[in-house]
Amino acid sequence: MSGFGGFLLRRAVGTAVTLLAISVLVYVVFYATPGNVAQITCGPRCSPEQVHQVAQQLKLGDPLYLRYWHFLEGIFVGQDYSTGTSVAHCPAPCLGLSYQSDQQVMDIILTKLPVSLSLVLGAMVLWLVIGVGTGVLSAWRRGRFSERVLTAVTLAGWATPVFVLGLVLMIVVCGELQLLPFPQYVNFADDPEQWAWNLLLPWLSLALIEAAAFARLTRAAMLETLAEDHIRTFRAYGVGERAIVGRHALRGALAPVIALNANNVGSAVGGAVLTETLFGLPGIGQELVHAVKVVDLPVVVGMVLVVGFFVVIANAVADVLYAVADRRVVLA
Amino acid sequence: MSLVEVTDLTVEFGSLRAVDGLSFRLAEGAALALVGESGSGKSTVAGALLGLHRGTGARVGGSVHVAGTDVQQASDGELRRLRGAKAAMVFQDPLSSLDPYYAIGDQIAEVYRVHTRASRRAARARAVEVLERVGIPDARRRSRSRPHEFSGGMRQRALIAMALACEPDLLIADEPTTALDVTVQAQILDLLHTLREETGMGLLLVTHDVGVAAESVDEVLVMRHGKAVEHGPVGTVLGAPAQAYTRELLGAVPRVDAPRAAVAEASDEVVLEATGLRREFGRGRTAFTAVDDISLTVRRGETLGIVGESGSGKTTLGRMLVGLLPPTAGGIRYDGRPHTGVNPAVQMVFQDPVSSLNPRRSVGESIADPLRARGEHDERIRGRVLELLERVGLEAAHYDRYPHEFSGGQRQRVGIARALAADPRVIVCDEPVSALDVTTQAQVVALLGELQRELGLALVFIAHDLAVVRQVSDRIAVMRRGQVVESGPVDEVYDTPREPYTKQLLAAVPALDPELAAQRRAARRELAVA
Repeated sequence: MSGFGGFLLRRAVGTAVTLLAISVLVYVVFYATPGNVAQITCGPRCSPEQVHQVAQQLKLGDPLYLRYWHFLEGIFVGQDYSTGTSVAHCPAPCLGLSYQSDQQVMDIILTKLPVSLSLVLGAMVLWLVIGVGTGVLSAWRRGRFSERVLTAVTLAGWATPVFVLGLVLMIVVCGELQLLPFPQYVNFADDPEQWAWNLLLPWLSLALIEAAAFARLTRAAMLETLAEDHIRTFRAYGVGERAIVGRHALRGALAPVIALNANNVGSAVGGAVLTETLFGLPGIGQELVHAVKVVDLPVVVGMVLVVGFFVVIANAVADVLYAVADRRVVLA
Repeated sequence: MSLVEVTDLTVEFGSLRAVDGLSFRLAEGAALALVGESGSGKSTVAGALLGLHRGTGARVGGSVHVAGTDVQQASDGELRRLRGAKAAMVFQDPLSSLDPYYAIGDQIAEVYRVHTRASRRAARARAVEVLERVGIPDARRRSRSRPHEFSGGMRQRALIAMALACEPDLLIADEPTTALDVTVQAQILDLLHTLREETGMGLLLVTHDVGVAAESVDEVLVMRHGKAVEHGPVGTVLGAPAQAYTRELLGAVPRVDAPRAAVAEASDEVVLEATGLRREFGRGRTAFTAVDDISLTVRRGETLGIVGESGSGKTTLGRMLVGLLPPTAGGIRYDGRPHTGVNPAVQMVFQDPVSSLNPRRSVGESIADPLRARGEHDERIRGRVLELLERVGLEAAHYDRYPHEFSGGQRQRVGIARALAADPRVIVCDEPVSALDVTTQAQVVALLGELQRELGLALVFIAHDLAVVRQVSDRIAVMRRGQVVESGPVDEVYDTPREPYTKQLLAAVPALDPELAAQRRAARRELAVA
């Protein structure tokens, strides 16, 4: 077990280092670019005095590494901002202040994050069930007519853009059949049942598209495992085809599925812009696009960091699951 | 009713007829070996006994009856009830033959439950019981290990335990010891022998190694091109073969007890000298010393044999001798002068003739590489390569062919030609014949001997096969855990070994004579007790 403990420790350190590297990169990319950073940060409608004030708050006179240190300090211990008349405290983790909306970046993110997480985690359950299930079925029925139908369906799913699938779903389910109301985000804490009903369509349309990739991956990995020697052993010992596919071949497909899932969950937190827009979900992706459009630099930096955080954490969790699934990983 | 009855069996894969009209019987409790070179169809026969070709696209003709089941006519359900319960199979590579994700005990329990409807607990208990039976120490705890946590020999024991779980009437063993070291091989063969004595089950052994057959069975069936060449009691077939092919096969098998035919007189001139060679891999807690303080000399025109089991450091030593791997400590002197790095005068022939040739280049180009590296002119290169091809028994027309068009033996000839291209004085051969069939092996060994006499080459011959090494070497060094445990003139070491480890190795070599094999088995039991 000490081997596994050491493995966890190495992974944790690696994750922390990656996060730090991301923060450096993001900070440098956005704050060391040529041009008047204070003007950009403050927004186009700021007066010269306001720009000057922002420049002072951002300590633009200081060298870059000091400013970055200050930024880190904000994340870990918090920061005070003077707005001219009063001093506002921004508690840790503080990602700065949006001068365009006079809001703390963290507050903006915290209102958007539950929406994105609701969408992505719910969709994840669906795409895993649908995707892996379809993959197992098509590996089991390999070479037969039913497998070809499944392959065609998953390919079609992969090729359909989310705005087409989502729109069609919405028109049919909410418009024609009137089975569901047109989606509108409801807080989980307010009404869990309404939360789920309203998210059902967004979940489905995001999941159906992602599921295609999982189906194909599962099928390929299972067929590869089915060709291995140990499968021959169990066949030669009279183990039935159902147990061979369901126990031995599926186990071999688990590792790549875990890896792909981590990637998808991580990037969908900030990347499901189309789904969020289509169903009017006020999530991270939508907000990020908005912040980029109006060049609200602190918000962009904060959001990119948070999205990066989720990608890295999702991958770290995947690494650990991977090692639980296959202990040989720990030795490597 | 016999345990196995095969009548006029044919198996075809596409246009290839792998088994061609084979018939044989196996009485209850008897043991039969199918012996043949690669491609003779022996493993295909083993698969046919369990109906393993069903659903693979192979066409199977004739009839196969195993333990009262008509394998050809049986339903899928009937076949499953035969597999594992009445006839169980042990495969060649014990690592890839077990599921890497599940504990070994669980895998055995799963097979047991398929056939007995036992409870989970009872099946798990049965798994521990059979693991104990095949000699896994601390079986209860080890049954929770996954295959990669077992050594090669223990994995093969685990597979045998799986076969024993349902007390089958027939054990089919397909090259059960080919992936194992000679001492482990002896342990596994002894285990099979004891189990057969105790349970009275029949054994069908598939092997390319005549010695393994001599150790283990009552009857031998020699196969070639899918047909039976000769079939009879083991003593008769191996002792007084009636067929020319059987004689050829037996003649090619190197004997560990036959002294080497004398070759050219040894010279005193030392070409290569290694002193205090040491090589470590890894750092810190994972550090591992592969070669630990080895000193040796190679004289002009002689062959130094290096034997040892897997992991003993043979290959690492060979790579250091040719300069492919820098030693951690110690040095190499060539012609009396210190030398580091690669040396055109010291060449290497590799084990696997498939992967040591670039598949995308013609063999002529591969042989020309050392000449190009030396800056030879293009016009002269082709002529020299053609000369080399003929020298190793190939033809000039082979220059533009690619490695996949050659057989294993021919590829190894290409490897030898490439080593000769640089006009070496020493060639280090790392397991040069272990991937080859015995008849091809004998031809390649003969070629190396010829070249040695003609060119006055010094050879370092690294191998795990003690018999082959005896046939080619003047002096030998026995390696274990990175050190040389015993060295000296070849006949002295083989006939009067001093070290217990050398004795153990020699006692483990399978004998071709069944009576001698039985004596050796008894001797091993004594050694094990002592």
